[in-house]
Amino acid sequence: MAVEFALIAAGALLLTGIAAIPLSHHRRAAELVYGASALPCGFAGVIGLWALVANAAPTTVTLPLGLPWIGAHFRLDGLGAFFLIVLGLGGALNSIYAIGHGRHETEPGRVLPFYPAFLGAMLSVVLADDAFSFLLSWEVMSLLSWGLVLVHHRAGGTQRAGYVYLMMAAFGTMSLLLAFGLMTGGAENYGFDALRAATHGPAAMAAVLVLMLMGAGSKAGLVPLHVWLPLAHPAAPSHVSALMSGIMTKIAVYGFVRVAFDLLGPVPWPMAMVVMILGGITAVMGVMQALMEHDIKRLLAYHTVENIGIIFIGLGLALAFRAEGLTAAAALALVAALFHVLNHSLFKSLLFMGAGAILNATGTRDMERMGGLIHRMPVTAVVFLAGCVAISALPPFNGFVSEWLTFQAILVSPDLSPWGLKISAPAVGALLALAAALAATCFVKVYGVTFLGRSRGAEAAAARETDRWSLGAMVVLAGLCLVIGILPGFVIDLLAPVTQALLGGAMPHQADSPWLTIIPVAASRSSYNGFLVAVFIALSAGTMAWAVHRFASRRLRRAPAWDCGFPDPSPVTQYGAGSFAQPVRRVLGSVLMRAREEVFMPPPGDLRPARHEVHLRDLIWERSYAPLAAFIQAAATRLNVMQTLTIRRYLALVVFSLVSLLVVLTLWN
Amino acid sequence: MNATAFDVAHMLAGSVVLVSFMMLYQDRLLALLNVFALHAALLSAAVAWQATIQGAPHLYVTAAIALFFKAMIIPAALHRIIRRLGIHREVEQVVGTGITMLAGMGLVALSISLMLNLTASADALAREDLAFALSVVLLGLLMMITRRNAVSQVVGFMSLENGLILAATGARGMPLVVEISVAFSVLIAFIVIGVFLFRIRERFDTVDDSALERFRGDVG
Repeated sequence: MAVEFALIAAGALLLTGIAAIPLSHHRRAAELVYGASALPCGFAGVIGLWALVANAAPTTVTLPLGLPWIGAHFRLDGLGAFFLIVLGLGGALNSIYAIGHGRHETEPGRVLPFYPAFLGAMLSVVLADDAFSFLLSWEVMSLLSWGLVLVHHRAGGTQRAGYVYLMMAAFGTMSLLLAFGLMTGGAENYGFDALRAATHGPAAMAAVLVLMLMGAGSKAGLVPLHVWLPLAHPAAPSHVSALMSGIMTKIAVYGFVRVAFDLLGPVPWPMAMVVMILGGITAVMGVMQALMEHDIKRLLAYHTVENIGIIFIGLGLALAFRAEGLTAAAALALVAALFHVLNHSLFKSLLFMGAGAILNATGTRDMERMGGLIHRMPVTAVVFLAGCVAISALPPFNGFVSEWLTFQAILVSPDLSPWGLKISAPAVGALLALAAALAATCFVKVYGVTFLGRSRGAEAAAARETDRWSLGAMVVLAGLCLVIGILPGFVIDLLAPVTQALLGGAMPHQADSPWLTIIPVAASRSSYNGFLVAVFIALSAGTMAWAVHRFASRRLRRAPAWDCGFPDPSPVTQYGAGSFAQPVRRVLGSVLMRAREEVFMPPPGDLRPARHEVHLRDLIWERSYAPLAAFIQAAATRLNVMQTLTIRRYLALVVFSLVSLLVVLTLWN
Repeated sequence: MNATAFDVAHMLAGSVVLVSFMMLYQDRLLALLNVFALHAALLSAAVAWQATIQGAPHLYVTAAIALFFKAMIIPAALHRIIRRLGIHREVEQVVGTGITMLAGMGLVALSISLMLNLTASADALAREDLAFALSVVLLGLLMMITRRNAVSQVVGFMSLENGLILAATGARGMPLVVEISVAFSVLIAFIVIGVFLFRIRERFDTVDDSALERFRGDVG
């Protein structure tokens, strides 16, 4: 029954989308539509949770939709149920946030119909059980999110963002189409059951995996296919960016997991190595670009790229362990990846919501014009701090647990026999460590520049706390980040049926461990206790705070802020986002992004101000996308002649192409 | 099916191909129309023979349609048109006869080698028939691109249609509806093209389509 209920939720969301079209000019349209979206999402999340907790057998249903005589097949199994939780939880909280945030929307008619339908399409991607339904839902999801990116289509840069996104989405769907075509292996059945049963040679398997990396990777944001994220996320309204970054990229991960672990047989280890190394490169490139960025939403988008890299490291490790037959280690790596999927959907939604609240309050995304918001938006400041700590992978929050598990999987990698994996896994581990450290640096910058210090602009000085709906959703998300960080064993046990179904093995049962400890491999090897760490942090911080207040002077002192070497009263001279990034920019940025600094000191008597400019280059764009665009442009110019041929030449063209196709067919046989 | 039936069917379909070749080197319009009438008459005979050996009486209707419209009405109408246009004495040739014939032979070789390979499982008669039909279609296309006069392009187009009908009747069990619709579509195409010929003539004083190219600014 579970799959029917989930489908009803998807249908309800799609219907809400249609109903929102006439409603969108209603005075309370935002409350109605977002409220109506939150309910089915929460319902779907509950179904997913129930299916996982009860360890329910997969349920299927066939609807007479789509292609005639074939119908649309839907199925809910462990993997689908887990992503249903991610989607339902994120979607419901995001909709609650949107009830408040959506009031600030200037063009509700462009958002309201797309938003619930987008959620519904993502839901049906997770439920689809044949290639046709999957691709159709995937494409609907892409197009609806494209519509949402283009909401403020007159704002600068939005049209380019929409164009790049559309191109990448079309490219991704085409890759997926080819991947599914290859997987059928010529049999005329596109049901996932048939795909599961089909067997493939190593070459076909590698081709499918590469196509999946391109198809799902372009949607998830795998380097070098990540270019649309930093363009599209800032362009969309904040609750939509939270949805796209927190949930939609996870649906892309779902597509990859479904194919790589479920439909395709065990892939050979060189392909697993490719996935893992791509993940490592993605993590480092994402965080490097994030560190150089001062637009808060672009920065968060680059961090999504980084976290997708971390997830793909886990997935690549799981594939490698599975290829070598190390089931327990494969289960550990897959759990780490899926755990990070859940965590990232929580804290990235929270951070994008916080960014939306800041954007509403200050009217700008430029961090160099913020500062001191902790005084004006105290609650947002606290929950945003929770998100920052979680994404920086600091205990006791949830981000730490999944990254720690990924590291545990990397530490098992000496058990792998191929030398390629023995060497690359620790190298990827080093990349992951670098990315984690840089992410922490980056969020110190985000939090310090945005919330601390003094306001750098009049808007930031006049900012006001955001509404209660938004705060409610953010507080719940921050709480979840903390609770999952303290009680990770429950999530790991929740994932056991998933790994059992996909890999035939699971991690040790965690609920039996004393004191809520988690033990990924063996107690002698490593263990982590989020609860004790949290208690210790709370106790030591509390004691310290108490001691400071007890033994230090209680007298209230007022002194000039930042007075050590900071006598200038202008807030612009504070340590800014650019200042913060400078050390990393000089060390790593000069290689990875060709960072160049230019200082202009006017000669004495010159009235021009002194200038310090930083030039960064996006090498991935310059080396791959720009030449490709130039080539297409040149080819189109050449082929322009074809638009104005004479009648006889057109006829001749048709005949020659027909004849050459026939010749090919003759030679083929 | 006995050997005689097969041989006759083979001969009739082969003659349709042969007449397609004849059309390729007719450089006078009236002669071309006469050959086209012969083409359609042979097609009609081939279809009638198929009707006999397949025991499918509805194919007689197709044969009659081919004979009546394609071998009589359309050539007669085109005769009228080119006499009214006063172009019945014109000589036109874009590509040399030798090259055209060689290209035609190449196309026939291509279609035979392709069809005989692809339809290995079908019965011998259908295989031969399909190979000939594809040859007729390709020769019709070849004629359309080697001619410059709109009337001979129309004739090339209709000989192409004849190839399609040959293919449709060679396959067992094709319903009559399809053939009638094909015949009528050709008729309609003929009417439309006839109207256009007069329009072109009114504007440019010629039915040579290079005039259209000059008018567009291209070199004809």
